[in-house]
Amino acid sequence: MTSVPTATAPSAPDTAPTATGRIGTGSRGTRILGLVALVGIAVATYLALVSSPPDENMGDSVRIIYIHVPIVVVAYVGCLITTLGSVMVLWKKSVWWDVTAAASAEIAMVTTALTLVIGMAWARPTWGVWWVWDARLTSTAMLLLLLLGYLAVRRIPAETSTRSRRAAIVGVLLLPNVIVVNRSVTWWRSLHQDTTILNTLQPKIHDQMAFALYFAIPVALVMFAWLLVHRWRLAWMEQQLEDRELDQAISDRRAEAASGRAEDGPR
Amino acid sequence: MEPVVHLRSAVSLLGRFPALAGVDLDVMAGEIVLLQGPNGAGKTTLLRTLAGLVPVVSGTAVVLGVDLCRDRRSLRPRVGLLGHATMLYDELTVADNVRFWARAARSSRADAEAAMGALGLDGRLQDVVVAKLSTGQRRRASIAVMVARRPELWLLDEPHAGLDGEARDVVDGLVRHAASSGATVVVASHELDRARHLAGRTVTIVGGVIAGSGAAPDVAVAAEPSTLPMADESTAKTEVHHVP
Amino acid sequence: MFRDALLVAGKDLRIELRSRIGINQILPFALLVLLLFAFALDPDSGVLDRATPGLFWLAVLFSALLAIQRAFAIEAADGNRDGLRLSGLDPAGIYLGKMAAIFTQLAVLELVLGVGVLVLYSAHVTGWVLMIATCVAATAGIAAAGTLYGVVAAGLRVRETLLPLLLLPVLSPVLIGSVRAFEAARNGNPGEGWPWVGLLTVFAVAYTIFGAFGFGPLLEES
Repeated sequence: MTSVPTATAPSAPDTAPTATGRIGTGSRGTRILGLVALVGIAVATYLALVSSPPDENMGDSVRIIYIHVPIVVVAYVGCLITTLGSVMVLWKKSVWWDVTAAASAEIAMVTTALTLVIGMAWARPTWGVWWVWDARLTSTAMLLLLLLGYLAVRRIPAETSTRSRRAAIVGVLLLPNVIVVNRSVTWWRSLHQDTTILNTLQPKIHDQMAFALYFAIPVALVMFAWLLVHRWRLAWMEQQLEDRELDQAISDRRAEAASGRAEDGPR
Repeated sequence: MEPVVHLRSAVSLLGRFPALAGVDLDVMAGEIVLLQGPNGAGKTTLLRTLAGLVPVVSGTAVVLGVDLCRDRRSLRPRVGLLGHATMLYDELTVADNVRFWARAARSSRADAEAAMGALGLDGRLQDVVVAKLSTGQRRRASIAVMVARRPELWLLDEPHAGLDGEARDVVDGLVRHAASSGATVVVASHELDRARHLAGRTVTIVGGVIAGSGAAPDVAVAAEPSTLPMADESTAKTEVHHVP
Repeated sequence: MFRDALLVAGKDLRIELRSRIGINQILPFALLVLLLFAFALDPDSGVLDRATPGLFWLAVLFSALLAIQRAFAIEAADGNRDGLRLSGLDPAGIYLGKMAAIFTQLAVLELVLGVGVLVLYSAHVTGWVLMIATCVAATAGIAAAGTLYGVVAAGLRVRETLLPLLLLPVLSPVLIGSVRAFEAARNGNPGEGWPWVGLLTVFAVAYTIFGAFGFGPLLEES
């Protein structure tokens, strides 16, 4: 090694930090992404609320799947990215992936919490209870807890390298844990007959409903991407700031040593 | 001959703080080197870096033929570090501790027994639980652990601290014996008088950088902030520094 | 690696024998949990009886948290982490050794808890083989995952609160599996229980392997 390592990957392409103006995480790329997301959301909302038909059994309350399912997909994609990123952190010691894993997990946590809230908001008018111990809802609750655990490790008071490494180990296991928990809970709940309440209320997805649903999912993913890019850039800039402080600290230390010597020097 | 320790512009971090900000150091086999400098200068970090515990983020660092930038783990069993912490298990006896660490380092039982004997820890004292020992006894036990591992490089951080006169003589004897058997010793100490008799050479570190190096008897350098240094022009390589 | 594991396991168990924290504190805690369950669930109502397998394993899980914290608190004292790094011990060996020591302590705990449950909850025991196999597989899984997440939390100021948050969600499949297996044993259908033992075994093996590899990087600079 011949130089103090600063961020090893090239800085985010479209970021325009200037010496004068405010530094933001926006750029042409994210503005386009954001626009696409907004338009998509508008269209998806129309499809969900207006043009798609209500379900035979559930009536209009079936429309909740147009937001519920995409949000869940986003949560799982977020987990996947976090696990992938954690693998890269351990394998290639990549700071870029470390930041990605952290940002992705944060967004996944929010969307998971949202999923649970939406699920509960749906359960109440539909079945009269706030919570049922069905496989999906229970697994989602466990997913939230696993994510909270990962995020707790990201916040520990320790040095960056320690924190990244420990978080990476937990992150690598995130998706496997999610899968194992999911399988166990599903297997367990399938032994009981409580799930009949859900089975009878399973919507049959017709063409127009399918279209609305399959449209909503990519829209949600675009929104996720937009959030991810912004969160990533924020974290990246924090990282760069830390690195710059480090370089400053090294030169300060050297100056301290030199002045200690220069004051008298060889007499 | 290859130096046992070879550092060039080595930078080590304690978290974000560059405890070593560009150290140049060469130590040959069999040398006993005294490392001195004011508090916070980086003595402890330098010793820990030489032990392979602290990563070197830039520069060159080769110890016992091992490149510290690449592989620190293989170096560690060959090095003995005596630091401020005792590295002993409080719940176990002296004998348990020495034997455990010795076996971990693949040393023989005989080495462990010999080390305990050399430090006066044989007999009744062996079976005392570490928690019940005095500070001096604990220190001796830590030293016994280090000696039992038969390291090629001895790194001693304030080895005389907490020991009475007799124990200090024992430690000095062990150091001299180790050096004459081919091991290399780096001692960080504030007790200049005693340490200077032991060491063949003195190296001074200030602000994370080596500030001076010279034959021990010739260099008188202030270790504490309050004392003034004496300039010595007899050795051309010697740089003397004020500690403000 | 195995030689180092034996050395470390021996050391940990010797410390436990000398300090007797497990016997004096963790075991009573487990029995206390059993009693508290009885207070909460009114022995007369029959709930306690039906819930016995679950309560047993909950008591084991909570006690395991204490045992794992203890296993790493030993190393937190006075530079022992540095000592382990300097020692030349194979990190995978250290992992296996610590895991084995935790496994042993939990096994003893489960034995005593089992007796406690038999006595306190008037439980009936059938399906011995299934139950013992469940205990072995589940305990191995708890020890394996626990040692790994234990070192993630080790040495941190927040370790007491972080470890439960990390470990309990991860161990929920173990809880589900072991309780179902126990229930199957009690109901006299061991056939339903063995698949769960399979799950527990896969869990234990997977975590042991991952833990052995992951322990090294985690032991580095705290």
